[in-house]
Amino acid sequence: MSTGTTDFEALLRQALTPVEPPADLAARLTATLVNLTELAQEELEAWELSAMRDPRNWVRPAAAAVIGAGAGTALVVLRVRSRHRVRRQQSSNLFELAGNTLHDFAEEARRVLPDR
Amino acid sequence: MLADKVPESKAELDARFTELYRKHLRDVYSYSYYRVGNHHDAEDLTEQTFLQAYRHFERALRESNGRPLRPWLIRIAHNLAANFYRDRSRKPESAIEDAGLISAPHTTEALVEGREELKGILEGVARLPDDRREALIMRFALGMDNREIARALGRTDGATKVLLHRAIRQLEGMVAETTNNGSAD
Repeated sequence: MSTGTTDFEALLRQALTPVEPPADLAARLTATLVNLTELAQEELEAWELSAMRDPRNWVRPAAAAVIGAGAGTALVVLRVRSRHRVRRQQSSNLFELAGNTLHDFAEEARRVLPDR
Repeated sequence: MLADKVPESKAELDARFTELYRKHLRDVYSYSYYRVGNHHDAEDLTEQTFLQAYRHFERALRESNGRPLRPWLIRIAHNLAANFYRDRSRKPESAIEDAGLISAPHTTEALVEGREELKGILEGVARLPDDRREALIMRFALGMDNREIARALGRTDGATKVLLHRAIRQLEGMVAETTNNGSAD
């Protein structure tokens, strides 16, 4: 290999130096990937039918039911969470926000977990 | 190092995925950054990559036969990046200021000249055909060997070696041409 080529490859290595991910991305992904499935399963285990008579309890168990099936869980939740700000802007009150959140869960689950 | 045996419990599978994620977060982020050219989209692409990987992790472990999973991860990022461009109908931006130029070590005397040289290289990388650009990113930003790159791109080892060689030659020619044009002005 010629010196010219070696020099150029050294320059390429310098130009394409690895890029450190932002700390908040690492923290967010770590927390989500490590905890999410366990949390969703705990939510399902704690799901008592009587609680479902109160509509205020619908959002969290419904989300857990959608996402608690195993791998793919994190993807659904992260995608839904990433749209939270948009939903808040589009919702005029809390009930509408909850409805939009459920709708997003269903949409994302259908896209991400089509076989479930 | 990841054990070869496929985990039998969900907890063990999650632990293995966490290990994979911690080991390769920087690789996936670097690849994403050089593909899309900005931090915002690179974060998005990185998240999507790991979440897709999480969904298919068990099968990937089963089918990998103990081989490293980095090429599989990068292939996911590669496919997602392709969708990203198809959806947005745009080409990658050249990644310059935040990555190579700032974090690469420079002596004070060579700073101005070095910046121009690296800038020229990065602009050349951005103008390369997609497969050549990707091969260079994998080799130089991620330090992947020919075999890993071949697996990530779905090519043979021999074809990958030729691809890399041609990519370097083409880029070298582009940079030399730019330098000569600059000197002639």
